[in-house]
Amino acid sequence: MKQPDRRSFLKIAGTSLGIGVLYSAYPTATASGEVGSFFSDLGKASGEKVAPFSFVQLSDAHVGFNGPPDPLGTKAFERAVEMVNALPQRPDLVLFTGDLTHDTEDRNVHIERMKQFQEISRRMNVPVIRHVPGEHDAGLDSGALYREFFGESYYSFDHRGVHFVALDNVTRAKPEIGSEQLAWLKKDLARFPKAAPIVVFTHRPLFDLRPDWEWFTSDGDDVMNVLSAYDNVTVLYGHIHRDDEHQIGSVHHYAARSLIFAFPDPNGISGPRKPVPFDKEHPFKNLGLRTISFNGAQQPGTTPLSIEDVEVTAREFRGINGVHQFLRNPLV
Amino acid sequence: MSRIKPSMSGRLAMLSLLGLTLLTGTSRVHADGVPVIDITAKRFAFSPDKITLKKGQTVKLRLHSEDVTHGFFLRPLKLDQEIPAGATTEVTVTPQQAGSFTIICDHFCGANHGNMNMTIKVEE
Repeated sequence: MKQPDRRSFLKIAGTSLGIGVLYSAYPTATASGEVGSFFSDLGKASGEKVAPFSFVQLSDAHVGFNGPPDPLGTKAFERAVEMVNALPQRPDLVLFTGDLTHDTEDRNVHIERMKQFQEISRRMNVPVIRHVPGEHDAGLDSGALYREFFGESYYSFDHRGVHFVALDNVTRAKPEIGSEQLAWLKKDLARFPKAAPIVVFTHRPLFDLRPDWEWFTSDGDDVMNVLSAYDNVTVLYGHIHRDDEHQIGSVHHYAARSLIFAFPDPNGISGPRKPVPFDKEHPFKNLGLRTISFNGAQQPGTTPLSIEDVEVTAREFRGINGVHQFLRNPLV
Repeated sequence: MSRIKPSMSGRLAMLSLLGLTLLTGTSRVHADGVPVIDITAKRFAFSPDKITLKKGQTVKLRLHSEDVTHGFFLRPLKLDQEIPAGATTEVTVTPQQAGSFTIICDHFCGANHGNMNMTIKVEE
């Protein structure tokens, strides 16, 4: 299979929705020549017809969390759901990158939190919602309760020409993937050509972003060694409660904002991790969702994956002027 | 495992002779002459929360959990130890680089786990 280069596939252009991220994927179903031939072959490999679509990333709702710095509970999460439902183009998927709930040692309380998470997330008018666990969902019981509600903690699926891989770096209680999951990942990706579009979604960063804040995955290098064999890999993650972009080799890593409270930029902070203080005037500041569009490769040199982050604002919280969305500078 | 249990002043004298400064916490010298530093892990803090070692000086860190399982992780010093719930374990370290490092609990132990850490200062 002849493979176009990376730039013919991927572009992360950005605007910000604040409660998550919307991605759009437009595999060039109408492309001709080498690119069209590649997508045709890719569709055969994945069993999915290549076609444009968009999806949303939500992260870190921490349902059940109460107390400083954020007294709003599930309000940002619920507003994010409303924003997803108000999108002009209905997304095909929602990916939730962990910490759906806040931890508790009381199993019954945690069950109620997971039920509440499901009740809110099911209000979204989207066909498919996929999850990975965060340490607050699964760190205390090795993911047992999470699996009862959401199924396996790592898996993959194909959607319209994009291969999605859910990685679990929390249920071993430590920030790690582990050898068993790593072997599974290698096997899972083996059937794909080098240029296949791959979206990995996980909770913690797969690289050393800030190890002393536990913003890392201890065997992330092993994962990256596997992913580095592919030209078009995007990693979406949560955990750090702020947006962040990082490129390692040809792999792009993007962190989504939280739906409960924000952490500050770690650069220049030498001490412990502290949340951004709650701002009564702008209670949803720095919280948001992400939309993602996969555009395919209409032309050599153009790139098809674009990201928009959208922030929920104080206006939105007060309900005076409805949802106020604003665009941010393109990430790429 | 036998240990010499000197008095506090005796301990400090020994540590001083070994070129090791221990700021806080309980310390011992193992029968093999290697200093032992006791560190207790309890949600969501280590005690002591700061120790100072000497570059090239081998020490044993005796780690005890007073409650649940904790982790003890610091990549630059190749420390990656599990501290089982209610148990004690040991890890030997010979720091090869000077500086100030943050050891974290990397075994999720509850809501405030993310800030459970301690400092190791390694002097030249």
